[in-house]
Amino acid sequence: MKPAEFYQRDRLWHPPALAQDYKTSVPRSPRLALLSLEGSLSEITGPTFGHNDIDPIDNDLIRNYAKTGDPVGERIIVHGRVLDENGRPVPKTLVEIWQANASGRYRHKKDGYLGALDPNFGGCGRTLTDENGYYYFRTVKPGAYPWRNWVNNWRPAHIHVSVFGSAFSQRLITQMYFEGDPLIRQCPIVNTIPDPRAIDQLIAPLDMNAAIPLDCLAYKFDIVLRGRRSTLFENRLEGN
Amino acid sequence: MPQPLDYLKETPSQTAGPYVHIGLAPGAAGFSIFRQELGQVIAGPDTKGERIRVEGVVLDGTGAPVKDVLLEVWQADSAGIYPHPEDPRHAECSADFRGWGRIITDFDSGQWMVETVKPGSVMGRNGRRMAPHLNLWIVARGINLGLQTRMYFEDEDNAADPVLNLIEQVDRRQTLLARKLAPGHYRFDIRLQGEGETVFLDV
Ligand SMILES: [Fe+3]
Repeated sequence: MKPAEFYQRDRLWHPPALAQDYKTSVPRSPRLALLSLEGSLSEITGPTFGHNDIDPIDNDLIRNYAKTGDPVGERIIVHGRVLDENGRPVPKTLVEIWQANASGRYRHKKDGYLGALDPNFGGCGRTLTDENGYYYFRTVKPGAYPWRNWVNNWRPAHIHVSVFGSAFSQRLITQMYFEGDPLIRQCPIVNTIPDPRAIDQLIAPLDMNAAIPLDCLAYKFDIVLRGRRSTLFENRLEGN
Repeated sequence: MPQPLDYLKETPSQTAGPYVHIGLAPGAAGFSIFRQELGQVIAGPDTKGERIRVEGVVLDGTGAPVKDVLLEVWQADSAGIYPHPEDPRHAECSADFRGWGRIITDFDSGQWMVETVKPGSVMGRNGRRMAPHLNLWIVARGINLGLQTRMYFEDEDNAADPVLNLIEQVDRRQTLLARKLAPGHYRFDIRLQGEGETVFLDV
């Protein structure tokens, strides 16, 4: 297949760089316009990953850091598919997640929140999607935690998600939220996203079909990366 | 009514937050969990090319270093080839050339450093070659959607580069040029906002 460009990113769907209510974005947001580029080889290629890069246990956050037993918290499966905007699965792509433990505390030397560290919980995992774009993790549900923005801001329970896709211009980091959490609509980070339908796209529904009876609940989170054109009548990327 | 278009919407971005290292570089967060961390070696010992070291800092709109930033590099090898199936010459890349790496800052100073090989020029659109460059992706707390930019080299011939030449304000082109400090040693500072703001790309 000959290379074709990715669809333009819908920047009205993503959060803008500057969001006044998310204070850290104020000094960290570019003020000048981005330079729009048509895709070249530098944009339509990207790093590739294989099973040598990771271990099978890496997607099991209940076991991948366990020292003396299982971590404390509500046991959950998080699963879904990575698709592109054309609805095609994105196979063999790396999905990495990180999260706070059930107390809302991160295992990070810069996190000093009162919530207790869990000796059996690292809080990160990674996996490759299969040929159908499917991925899954097992973990515990993260707790909400306070953060300095307004005096009394709390992050809704969330899992950070990083995805590659097949090209560097598909690179994406986002956060997954949990259905029914009243903190979602109050969060200045969530509300950097202007369109409520786009926020809904980050809220994973409870998925009882994927829950394991007497063991763990499940949430389903599909991830959509940029799609690309398949018609190649003009705009050749290659030389000659 | 016309047929509805059935495209899906891209998942909206959210900031990587201050603890991005837990997920992408747990060693930097202060613990060891995986057999190997990804993104630590861009070019292994068998990769040909000039070995280079690039150092820099990311500065915010007040001029303060962004200490919790994480950068990713994507680059071609010294022959200008990407190790990716869509590069027609990818089979010629050395097996230990990854082309991709992660850059972590020193949490106290915000300074970062990366070692790699200098990329060659890459074929651009319509047969116009692009000068050697690193593609960079920048995430941090306060960055709502990862920022894309490129780093070029001041000691290369950049005059005909089709991307640099798209920058209307000629003075701003130099925000994408790494300064040469010594042979094989470059400095590249990124300014997120304000005077000397780096040119960021919508790719
Ligand atoms: Fe978080």
